[in-house]
Amino acid sequence: MISSIRAALARTRAFLNKPIGDADLEQELSSHLDFAIEENIQRGLSPEEARRHAFIRFGGVQQSREQQRAARGLPALDILMQDLRYTLRTLRRDRGFTFIAILILALGIGANIAVFSVVNTLMLRPLPLRDPARLLWIGPKVFDGNWSAATYSIDAWQELRERNRSYQDVGGYFAFSSPDNIKLMGHGDPRPATGIMVTDNFFQVLGVTPSMGRLFRASESLPGAPNVTVLSNAFWRRQFHADPNIIGAPIDIGGGQTMTVIGVLPPSFDFGAVFAPGTRADLFTPMNYDQVRQWGNTITLIGRLTPRATLGQARGEAALLFPKLDFRKDHPEYKENYSAYPTPLKEYVSGKLHRSLIVLWSAVGLILLIVCVNLSNLLLARAAARTKEFALRGALGASRGRIIRQLLTESLLLSGVGSLFGLVLAFAITFWLRHQSSIALPLLNDVRVDGTALLWTVLVAVATAVLFGLAPGFRMSSNDLQESLKDTGGHGASDGRRHERLRAVLVISEVALACVLLVGAGLLLRSFLRVLNVDLGFQPAYAASIKVDYNDGGDINKRGAILQNILTRISAIPGVEHAGTSDNLPLERNRCWGIPHLKGVDQSHIQGQCALVYIVTPGYLPALGVPITGRDFNWGDGPLAPQPDPKKPLPPPDGKHYSEPVIILNESTARHLFPNGDAVGHVIEAASSDMRIIGTIPDVHLTSVEGPPDSQVYYPATQQEPEGAELVIRSKVPPEQLASTVLHTLREINPGQAAVPLRPIQSLVDHAVSPRRFFVLLVGTFAALGLLLAALGIYGVISYSVTRQTLEIGIRMALGATAARVQFGVIFRTMRLALIGIVVGAVMSLIVASLISAMLFNTAPTDPATFAVMVALLTVVAILAGYIPARRASRVNPMVALRGN
Amino acid sequence: MPDPKLDLLQGTLDLMVLQTLAAMGELHGYGIARRIEQISGDTILLNQGTIYASLVRLQNRGWISAEWGVSDNNRKAKYYAITRSGRKQLARDAADWQRLSDVMGRVFAQSPEGAE
Repeated sequence: MISSIRAALARTRAFLNKPIGDADLEQELSSHLDFAIEENIQRGLSPEEARRHAFIRFGGVQQSREQQRAARGLPALDILMQDLRYTLRTLRRDRGFTFIAILILALGIGANIAVFSVVNTLMLRPLPLRDPARLLWIGPKVFDGNWSAATYSIDAWQELRERNRSYQDVGGYFAFSSPDNIKLMGHGDPRPATGIMVTDNFFQVLGVTPSMGRLFRASESLPGAPNVTVLSNAFWRRQFHADPNIIGAPIDIGGGQTMTVIGVLPPSFDFGAVFAPGTRADLFTPMNYDQVRQWGNTITLIGRLTPRATLGQARGEAALLFPKLDFRKDHPEYKENYSAYPTPLKEYVSGKLHRSLIVLWSAVGLILLIVCVNLSNLLLARAAARTKEFALRGALGASRGRIIRQLLTESLLLSGVGSLFGLVLAFAITFWLRHQSSIALPLLNDVRVDGTALLWTVLVAVATAVLFGLAPGFRMSSNDLQESLKDTGGHGASDGRRHERLRAVLVISEVALACVLLVGAGLLLRSFLRVLNVDLGFQPAYAASIKVDYNDGGDINKRGAILQNILTRISAIPGVEHAGTSDNLPLERNRCWGIPHLKGVDQSHIQGQCALVYIVTPGYLPALGVPITGRDFNWGDGPLAPQPDPKKPLPPPDGKHYSEPVIILNESTARHLFPNGDAVGHVIEAASSDMRIIGTIPDVHLTSVEGPPDSQVYYPATQQEPEGAELVIRSKVPPEQLASTVLHTLREINPGQAAVPLRPIQSLVDHAVSPRRFFVLLVGTFAALGLLLAALGIYGVISYSVTRQTLEIGIRMALGATAARVQFGVIFRTMRLALIGIVVGAVMSLIVASLISAMLFNTAPTDPATFAVMVALLTVVAILAGYIPARRASRVNPMVALRGN
Repeated sequence: MPDPKLDLLQGTLDLMVLQTLAAMGELHGYGIARRIEQISGDTILLNQGTIYASLVRLQNRGWISAEWGVSDNNRKAKYYAITRSGRKQLARDAADWQRLSDVMGRVFAQSPEGAE
């Protein structure tokens, strides 16, 4: 045992110190011979004879050297080094081939690593939280973007916390925070920040420990507790320059209020990446339970299972427990009839994306396959040129295994170098992805090339090398020695048929694979275009929004005047056509109240249904580009009469008349109530009171671009309580130009206005469709790459066969074939290859298309237009790839061709 | 006609070298080769050159040590000597060899069937 370890060490040492060992051996051998010669001379031989005898007795000096070296060092490694040196030499000689091979490999492998990193982060790796497998998202079985239906009241949460047996603890966050809802004062202009209210135990449930300071205490959620906040790591770095003394520092949030920083979260925890992709959360505050209790269903629940509980138990318990939970303990008559179907948090975060990710992964796998086929093809072409070289080596005694080994060394070296460049590419791509905060995909901030990805790279590289190196390897090493050596250079007409058939099969499969990629990408692209073409019910073009701060002190009369003043001033800005505010914007935050119904009609069948609620000012709907049947709200729709409402009673207007409560409905809701289409003018019951319908609007897409339209109602901000104000401006002037004037005007009205951006409404749509855009972009890029590789493959094969047939072409031209005829012959051969590939590919595409049909939008998996366009594209590219060698063929000078041999 | 020379069995050369060094003390490569030839008479087919692979193998395992020195007739040569672990190994191998040889002897001592 010890002696074999010692032997291994000694061998390694000897391998590393080869020159010293060799010199030693040389000296030893020469002294050996000297001894022998001397002894022979002493025995009476002539010096020449003595020398001859010494050599005879010694045996082969070279063999002895080789044997000693093999016993001394690491012969396997020696051979490898030899092969590597040889490979480097041949590759350096064949620069064009090497460059193309490495480029193709780098693209293929780089794309694979990058996509694997994304898949690994979103699908395979656990969430970046403590023991994430035990975390459950407690919400409805089907979540369609309607947040009110996926959230619970404070009372329900507190009861759940007491009565459940499945969870160590249940926490939650306020699901309706709007971006930039906090103003930071004391740094010049007020700076916007996004604050999220959380239950006091939220971070403990997630298992997030602060990198500095502490988390919230239960007492900090009680009324009258001092304002405290925990900062996200990124915000602490950005806003406070990673100030190590931030704990205990007060933050001025305007209105004479301050918050004290008690903790900073670790960099590994990004709230937005997990819970609200594409948005950021800057700081966290403890929920004031007594306040939030009034707001209904507002918190998203996250539970951590006890070590013994299972998902099944939690679901069973939820089915029994949730219907019994109270909406408001002090109002048992408000029946909410809760339900919940706990889902593993990871599945909630990225489950919807699994299908897309698998498609992406498959697409990139196809690319790698095409790369392999392409390289096999290139290597085969090279093989043809190297037949003699290998035949010669075979004749000199190299075994078949030795030659395959040499070829595998070549392909491993190529794929190794390709992987290195691929890794660089993957690092670049993942770096770019990490900074795409506007893409609404979860965990993107966490996408990186990690150890698993590196392991994957090695695996992919080796598999690629074996795949593309083995076929040509066997082919080459099995060549008939004699034939190859006799062959005078291979310009005969019928030479290399076998080679060509194999290469033709490779090209056909390449074209077929590219066809599958193209059709798949085409279908996804068409779906994406269809999504972009969806009639949203509003016109995002020429509209922009900005978050407006105002202080009405809770006085509804003051609010009307303030908002009217703001809108008058904004409308006066040159170029502004319409302006209005809403508390929520389409495709952003939303909330849901009981669905409107006809007066005196039994409502039991609509229990649990709800309508999305938007509290807006006059001008908002026109500013958004929504046409109204009937009339818009106007400033005459003033305060309501006080009513026996549990919500805040409204103050009486100062000597004014009470107005009639008014409502605007969307088309679907109106039609549901009044199938004859005469809804305007009727009085219905909504928000616990009678409401007159003053207008209807087309269905606006509010929760998603792709989903069906939602039931929705609009109330005037002068009659209901809005939650903030988003000012929407319709103007032909680009938002960048308008922004400063608008902000300046808002500052004049309210110096406390935060410096928030004027966002184009289109950005809301872009954000909503960003995941689809992301996937289409990637799959489209892969398809383009596949097309390019297929074209390269076709070009390679045709061009090679033209070179091989120069003599034949020369003869034919000498016998009278025209250039056009020769050219046509080559293009015809190209087309035959391409068409077989396209037919095979089209059949495969049909299967693949039906597999991805769930990802398509308003596009049939057999969409004829897509198939036709992609097939046409592939055909054109094939013809182009064949045309270049065809032209060369037609320019063959018969005299030169015939003389050349 | 003399008997044809024996091919060396795999591994036996190493054992011979060890035994030679154990018996003779320090020797250079040529000396070892000559000594083995002398002992074996002319029965073994030994190319002297093969001894160097054997020497480096034994050296790598730590069973012999090597040092450059000067011969009686003032020639520079590498001298080999057996080490302690080499002696132990030799004892083990010699015992194994003896046992194998005994067994082989018994195997060949059997009378051919029905030869009585």
